[in-house]
Amino acid sequence: MNIADYKDIYVFCEVKDGKIHDSSLELLGEASRLVNNRPSLGYKVVGLIIGNYDEHLIDDIGYFGADKVIYLKNEGINHYSTEIFTSLFMDVINNDKPDIILVPATVLGRDLAPRVAARCDTGLTADATKLDFDPENLESPLLYVTRPAFGGNLFGTIINETKRPQMTTIRPGVMEKLKKHTGRQFIKDIRNVDISTIKDSVKVLEVLQKDHMAVDITKADIIVSGGRGIGDNFHILEECAKMMGAEVGASRGAVDKGYIKKDHQVGQTGKTVRPKVYIACGISGAVQHLAGMEKSDYIIAINKDPEAAIFGVANIGFVGDALEILPLITEEIKRYRERPF
Amino acid sequence: MNILVLLKQVPDTTEMQIDKETGTLIRAGVPTITNPDDLAGMEMALRLKDSYGANVTCITMGPPQARNMLRELYSMGADNCVLLSDMKFSGADTWATSNTLAAYIKTVDYDLIIAGRQAIDGDTAQVGPQTAEKLNLPQVTYVDDIIDISKERIIVKKALENNYEIIESSLPCVITTLSTAAKPRYMTVKGISDAFTKEIKQVSFDDLEIDPTIIGLKGSPTKVKKTFTKEVHKNSDVLHLDGKTSARKIVETLLDLNFIGK
Amino acid sequence: MYKGISFDLSEKQLLMQKLFREFSQQEVMPIAAEIDELERFPVETVEKMKTIGMLGIPFESKYGGSDGDNLTYILAVEELSKVCGTTGVILSAHTSLGANPIYTYGTEEQKLKYLIPLAKGEKLGAFGLTEPNAGSDAAMQQTVAVKDGDFYRINGSKIFITNGGYAHTYIIFAMTDKSKGTRGISAFIVDKDMDGFSIGKTEHKLGIKGSSTTELIFKDMMVPKENLLGPEGKGFAIAMSTLDGGRIGIAAQALGIAQGSLDEAVSYVKERKQFGRALSAFQNTQFTIAELQTKIDAARLLVYRAAYLKDMNKNYSSEAAMAKLFASEVAMETTTKSIQLHGGYGYTRDYPVERMFRDAKITEIYEGTSEVQKMVIASKILR
Repeated sequence: MNIADYKDIYVFCEVKDGKIHDSSLELLGEASRLVNNRPSLGYKVVGLIIGNYDEHLIDDIGYFGADKVIYLKNEGINHYSTEIFTSLFMDVINNDKPDIILVPATVLGRDLAPRVAARCDTGLTADATKLDFDPENLESPLLYVTRPAFGGNLFGTIINETKRPQMTTIRPGVMEKLKKHTGRQFIKDIRNVDISTIKDSVKVLEVLQKDHMAVDITKADIIVSGGRGIGDNFHILEECAKMMGAEVGASRGAVDKGYIKKDHQVGQTGKTVRPKVYIACGISGAVQHLAGMEKSDYIIAINKDPEAAIFGVANIGFVGDALEILPLITEEIKRYRERPF
Repeated sequence: MNILVLLKQVPDTTEMQIDKETGTLIRAGVPTITNPDDLAGMEMALRLKDSYGANVTCITMGPPQARNMLRELYSMGADNCVLLSDMKFSGADTWATSNTLAAYIKTVDYDLIIAGRQAIDGDTAQVGPQTAEKLNLPQVTYVDDIIDISKERIIVKKALENNYEIIESSLPCVITTLSTAAKPRYMTVKGISDAFTKEIKQVSFDDLEIDPTIIGLKGSPTKVKKTFTKEVHKNSDVLHLDGKTSARKIVETLLDLNFIGK
Repeated sequence: MYKGISFDLSEKQLLMQKLFREFSQQEVMPIAAEIDELERFPVETVEKMKTIGMLGIPFESKYGGSDGDNLTYILAVEELSKVCGTTGVILSAHTSLGANPIYTYGTEEQKLKYLIPLAKGEKLGAFGLTEPNAGSDAAMQQTVAVKDGDFYRINGSKIFITNGGYAHTYIIFAMTDKSKGTRGISAFIVDKDMDGFSIGKTEHKLGIKGSSTTELIFKDMMVPKENLLGPEGKGFAIAMSTLDGGRIGIAAQALGIAQGSLDEAVSYVKERKQFGRALSAFQNTQFTIAELQTKIDAARLLVYRAAYLKDMNKNYSSEAAMAKLFASEVAMETTTKSIQLHGGYGYTRDYPVERMFRDAKITEIYEGTSEVQKMVIASKILR
């Protein structure tokens, strides 16, 4: 392997609900930032998309920062398939020799990227939150990838000096996308690909909606969040949240104990949220949790332990039992709403 | 049916704390646990054993202390436990780990491999898919339920961001499981009594046919350049009030922020 | 290597302790207050204990047991009692008093028929010795068994029977020959479905309120002669040796209640602030906690020693009595002081120490009062 043969930053673009998913647009933005910061490399941002889509989708990839879009097109691809996507991705790696590949750390991205990395025997860093080129050698294309570990208690900066491409998946919601710029010039490289020789022994039989209203706590303005100490009493949080039009969040401790479903989890291994108000109830404030909510505009913390770390990031803190205080809040708001004037 | 379950012993990261003076991670005294996603996979394997009489083999790669975890897995109902342990394996990234696991798995019979989606110490979610790749097996990740299994194929429910997919895969294959997929059973008293009479198969570098340049720290393409902890800033008012006053004050705050509709 | 006294649990016992602790925290603690309040026997917990093999810990697997030892069984009672004294005594009465006499004195046929379902947890066991006029003076048995063909016809009643009404198999004692005094007492294995067996009054108690404590009434109860446990006339010896073992279980219950209440107090004093400081910052708090934990540790050593001696097949009668005497006193002192450390809140049902305080008292009374324990201990010293 001649490392010097590899160039450019490739961004895998995921399509969801007929649109390029935000997480991919964010990576196009980050890739642009990287190439602009190190112009001496002469790297381009290349968007890669696989499937069977309308042309306007391809345009979005360019409008959000790609200098070139490689579209691997086959009318037979109507759904993601690990094997088909991996095989087609490999063809691009072998042909085009990308130096850096960024993949969003979505469910799809975290299914695909490890498979591709293993097939081309390169390194892969998971769920990164920060990217930079080697700060010590200003000519170097070596990527410094920072990611949390040990539940967000520790951060590590990872490099891959020996293998190419340098691959990483990146946490959604962390990088910034560029403003859509419809006048942007970019190259379209549409390749009609053959998938007839790819053996795919996995098939999707059915797509089911989640049985409850899909909880998307990342879009909530207010989140009422509970820790392990809430135990089986998450209904108390739900009642209070309902009264104030909030969503319910949870710490990893509560989710691991099975008190509430995983899609409510806030933190390094859950969702990163940025609501206008975050009410932390009985959450001690492990770094793992803080990482997912500390950017909230206003943080209210309730905890029995006056020394709890959560008070360190809160705008206002209350020492007390959340299970006692929450029903009182529910009542108070109810009374306020029902006031006669 | 032979089921292999891949598991990892991990520090309980929810118990980890930062030393407020030095800003470093306090590792001493942090208990080790079986990784929660893996434990759900173990439970799924045991349920298949209960229903179809499968043979469940637990495989882990780790230091000698991982034997403690394997004893617990025996106590839950594992039929065999294997520990891949060698200084040459240690410090591996996910690629090198997968090479090691695959090298061992190639030597045994199996119909299904179940791995936890991700481990709570690294949170990579990569070892399952990469082991599947090295064994040239199909994979289904983020599995929330096994719906049906026959000799040739398995049907599972996969959890995506906002929906589920019902997916069929041929066997053998690798599935990776979420911690919420199945609540792990307790060990049993009899299981513990017997666990200490059962053999934990020990596999070292010399037992495997593997290129030493693709394993362990030296064989890992990714290297840790540096590690650091994050500091937390303190800026809050902490009030000691009775419940009623606290509640009123919170509602007032929400009103001030215009968060309670008039 | 140093050879002498070992204070370490084995790796196996430590893993057992971990299982019992997880089980107690996750399955028993959440309902402890409720079953106390409602005086409800926790049938669901018994079912769960059955699933993980807790109802036959010290018995061999050929008799349906879990191949554990007595110390392991004691660890189970301790962990359960840390969070719920009721559940602790259900297990203790079942294992030590219901199943153990059959294991120790039963014929092979009796073990196959009665011990296996008990050890597997399919049935619950109990023990009936106490009568209205035979408490500490157990020799004053008035229940009578008269040989009648292939049966014994038994008439009389027993009181204060733990697990009464929920147990299927009872070890009961009756006079087969009044003229011989204690040597005229015999032991029987009784099935609740036998004709003439009925449950009388259910007691309402100060503590361990989820456990069942009832009267047993025998009215011309016909017990097959093959249900005689041990030889005729050996009943009193069987009862006394069974109680020796039972006492280790009750001592473990007391130990668990003590540790559980101190654990509650410790977390409370760290949280609660008065005069601007956490209660744990006051020296009075620190000294109280130090004294209590020291006594609890001393009790633990006595309890584990008694269980160890039983496992070694050594004589443990006096050591079991010491363990129960001391552990039950420590339980009373610890629960009393744990409430004191909680202040007014400790007196309310919002905190578990109130329940633990009520649960502790019985450990000084049943399976031999503290006074009886002193008699046992003194008789060995002064013999």
